[in-house]
Amino acid sequence: MSVLIVDYGMGNLASVRRALEECGANAFISDNPADLSDCSHILLPGVGAFSDAMQRLQQGGWVEPLRRIVCDENIPLLGICLGMQLLADVGEEGGIHPGLGIIPGRVVRLQPVANERIPHVGWNSVAHRQHELFDGVPVNSDVYFVHSYHFIPADAEDIRATTPYCGHFVSAVGRGAAFGTQFHPEKSSRHGLRILRNFLTWRGEAAGLTNSEEQTPRFVRPPVRSYRA
Amino acid sequence: MLKVRVIPTLLYKDVGLVKGTGFNSWRRVGSAMPAIKVYNTRDVDELILMDISATVDGREPDFDAIAELAEECFVPLTVGGGVRDIEAVRLLLRAGADKVTVNSAAYARPELITEAALRFGSQCVVATIDAVKTGDRYVCHSHAAKQSTHQHPAEWAQRLEQLGAGEILIQSVERDGTLQGYDLDLIKCVTEAVSIPVIASGGAGTYQHMHEALTQAGASAVAAAAMFHFTEQTPAQAKAFLAALGVPVRDSQRVA
Repeated sequence: MSVLIVDYGMGNLASVRRALEECGANAFISDNPADLSDCSHILLPGVGAFSDAMQRLQQGGWVEPLRRIVCDENIPLLGICLGMQLLADVGEEGGIHPGLGIIPGRVVRLQPVANERIPHVGWNSVAHRQHELFDGVPVNSDVYFVHSYHFIPADAEDIRATTPYCGHFVSAVGRGAAFGTQFHPEKSSRHGLRILRNFLTWRGEAAGLTNSEEQTPRFVRPPVRSYRA
Repeated sequence: MLKVRVIPTLLYKDVGLVKGTGFNSWRRVGSAMPAIKVYNTRDVDELILMDISATVDGREPDFDAIAELAEECFVPLTVGGGVRDIEAVRLLLRAGADKVTVNSAAYARPELITEAALRFGSQCVVATIDAVKTGDRYVCHSHAAKQSTHQHPAEWAQRLEQLGAGEILIQSVERDGTLQGYDLDLIKCVTEAVSIPVIASGGAGTYQHMHEALTQAGASAVAAAAMFHFTEQTPAQAKAFLAALGVPVRDSQRVA
């Protein structure tokens, strides 16, 4: 299998590539959307700000090809950190900006409770639902986070994991062939590498993406508070 | 629950690792690559890699050397030393750093912090403050603590937060390398001044010192260099010690 790492001028691509290679993947970094036809899996990394990243994805000609290949052709995509947030409809970092719109939802700033500090930096637990990408990862395993914003999916069905900080925020989302983790699997030691290995054998799920005929619900209000894994 | 972090700091000069006292009298402690590999195998929470002579020598970070070191590093890596402009931040992130720390350059051009935060996100901008105690007053120093800036660490930390820094690394110059314990007053004045995470640095000699910095001074993470280089103590045992005292650490069931 061959994993395309989307290079849009942001983020720490080397460590993602190294981690994927450690998991046995043939991983290549590309700044050319035409290469999407040569891969079995896509990795959307990201360290950076939402607006800048979307602008760079647009300039690089990635937006439409990514939507098509993930939503219509069901090629599995893993978005990491900002890469997960970019899957949303809208991001609120640095103004209101449209995202890729692959998983309906909104990206908003974390709201600290009591004396919690923002950004949320360090190791925290993930309470995850049954999903192939979490096979072999015990519930409440610690993984590495470094972020100030979080994804609120419009559809609670898309929530794959939550993490106890700022109340509970959504730390993994999944819909069809698209999956996103707010944490960094490539920096999360053995649990992170296990998630990457699971991704490499994952074929995505066919139904329910934004481009399907069925009308998907748009963002209404945060479902997070009511959800407990 | 968010866990506290125990972070070994690796200081390097040319290609060798060094450790000093009071930002001076550097001793060689080996080469960087084996140390990175050991900490990687031991699965530490995070690593800080600091080029201590880049700014003083007026040169850029050695991006190739950092890329080689980062290749072997599967734990989160913060890199600093000689970061003067946004291009250096970009190249360090590209070389494999997860976070970049800025120190001296922020005094000369505070906008650098804002530019880096807007482009790469606040979460990867760590602002380092080197504080010197004169009488009972603290003053920020730049250029490997060689130049006074007349800034107070708490006020400067607040300014750095406003500019967009995502974390503060507060270092006590006097305590550096002494193993006498963190300067708790210094750390506390900074943690109380900002709402971003603060990493305590300078003076750690025992696990108890780490406990004090976390519980009495409000640090989110504790960094240590000499303690791990020159004593038998390890990050894993530090976490077992902290866990036994009820401090949340990663994989406490495994290290305890």
